[in-house]
Amino acid sequence: MNRSKWRNVGAELMANKAGIVAILVLVVFALAAAFAFLSSKDPNEMNVMEKLRHPGAAHWFGTDDYGRDYFARALYGGRVSLTVGFLAMILSTGIGVTIGVISGYFGGLIDSLLMRFVEIIMSIPSFLILLLLSIYLKPSIGNLIVIISLLMWMNISRIVRAETMSLKEREYVLYAKASGQSSFGIIGRHILPNLVSVIIVSATNNVASAIMMESSLSFLGFGVQAPNATWGSMLNGAQGLMFSSPYLAIFPGLLIFLTVLSFNVLGDILRVGFEPKLGKR
Amino acid sequence: MTEQLLTVDNLRVSFHTRAGENQAVRSVSFRVGAGDTLGIVGESGSGKSVTAKAIMDLIAAPGEVLGGEIRFRGESLRGLPQKKWRQLRGNRIAMVFQDPMTSLNPVKTIGYQIAEVLRRHKGLGKEAALKESVNMLRKVGINEPERRVHQYPHEFSGGMRQRVMIAMALSCDPELLIADEPTTALDVTIQAQLLDLLTQLKQQSDTAIVLITHDLGVVAKVCTRVVVMYAGMVMEEGTVEDIFYRTGHPYTQGLLRSLPQRGGANRERLVPIEGSPPDLIDPEPGCPFRERCPYAFEKCGELPPMLETEGDGHRSLCWLLEGGKRTLAQALEERGEAAR
Repeated sequence: MNRSKWRNVGAELMANKAGIVAILVLVVFALAAAFAFLSSKDPNEMNVMEKLRHPGAAHWFGTDDYGRDYFARALYGGRVSLTVGFLAMILSTGIGVTIGVISGYFGGLIDSLLMRFVEIIMSIPSFLILLLLSIYLKPSIGNLIVIISLLMWMNISRIVRAETMSLKEREYVLYAKASGQSSFGIIGRHILPNLVSVIIVSATNNVASAIMMESSLSFLGFGVQAPNATWGSMLNGAQGLMFSSPYLAIFPGLLIFLTVLSFNVLGDILRVGFEPKLGKR
Repeated sequence: MTEQLLTVDNLRVSFHTRAGENQAVRSVSFRVGAGDTLGIVGESGSGKSVTAKAIMDLIAAPGEVLGGEIRFRGESLRGLPQKKWRQLRGNRIAMVFQDPMTSLNPVKTIGYQIAEVLRRHKGLGKEAALKESVNMLRKVGINEPERRVHQYPHEFSGGMRQRVMIAMALSCDPELLIADEPTTALDVTIQAQLLDLLTQLKQQSDTAIVLITHDLGVVAKVCTRVVVMYAGMVMEEGTVEDIFYRTGHPYTQGLLRSLPQRGGANRERLVPIEGSPPDLIDPEPGCPFRERCPYAFEKCGELPPMLETEGDGHRSLCWLLEGGKRTLAQALEERGEAAR
């Protein structure tokens, strides 16, 4: 069964040139980040004489206001941003889907409690939570991912809950019950497979949010510490120099944009591949 | 008397709505023998589907089964633990729903959905279950089952989906099949084909069928016994011949007269039953049909018992039949009234 689904996804990918480009982009970014150490430049080496050089042969992406090589910073920054973006997306989606499905399927008291919990978390400004947590947790990429996920799962859980509530009233769910299926069997076989497209759409959006949230967290001193670069913090640092040196904003912005776009395109292909009605060509 | 497969006694189901307690089923009793085909007929809102769901323990809040006894092979189904239910449902008691367009999961292949039931109840492996699914599809008359089994529900027409549902329901060779208006959502030619299929499959196995419908034509075609429901109660029960030719209840008579007659005069007017069914929130005591009954008299303010009517095991809920086993027509004649 799943084999044919994946074959659909494969066919969709082959038929869709944007999909191939998206995969290429992500693979190139991932490889560049993984092999960043091969670059001869040190991302944190300051050189005041060379500051704010425009992109050229010596510095592909130019240099920032401390004279650091912007290309090397982008390479190393990609490590953090891609890891955080991807893993936080997976983790937040996992939490959101679990809570959303349980809440929507079982309803009643469980639903009320979980949804009130979601509302409470959403109503507290996230920066307050961040500041509090940054006192107690050691700054590390792992903690960063966990915290970002904990701040991002609520929207997915609400969407999933609403969709689950409508799905569980479908007749095939009643039929599954009438043919002796247990609640968790119904969730696994009938509810989750029908949620795939909804989940993918929200999950791909979360990649962008996670990358951006990482930069605000790092700005607050949590997560990646000052001299080390991430795409988000590079974008943040470019704010004051936008007009004199626009490339400082353009490069990290473009990288984030391309990453998010690629995830969206791939998400769309997955969605179409998994939806039998759309998948057949 | 054949062995009783399913007995329903005094079943009562209510829905707690904002407007009050809606007594959807109040006192329904009937019996299904092994291998019987029982038709449950009644108009919309008469409690047919609720009865079926109550048998399967599928009544969800705000509905509640308030009372009564349901026995399957002598074993009480009420208060059965969920674990036992899961072994029973789909395996020994199966169900087919009204709307085949929504009864199948759109993102799973047909084969997967039939195989799932087989794997759960018969413990078949993946391959074996799929093979058996192909067999079942062939049995219900789907062409090229080997190819079809890998397709998705949207690639099937309504009639074919209902065939798939029947295949799923019969895959574990259940002792009882509850079909809740299986042909209502389909057009007439497909209806006839499906009824033929049901009858034919019935002859091959000894599965008992409870067929819920509002179509008396369907009942005449496939059923052996009939229960006529109205306003959450059984009005009349008996064999198909009893119901059609030795009618015992004015409501059944009304139903029969509202059907077009074959060979009837050209442009003959159909006789509708005047009025509408009673409100089931706080229903008035007495016979539920009395507001619309042309023969109602003082005694109808009191609820009649099920009275013996001409025929074997033929009973009707009507005071007119008090004092002796006879049909409605005979009772009316005795009273010097013409059929109205």
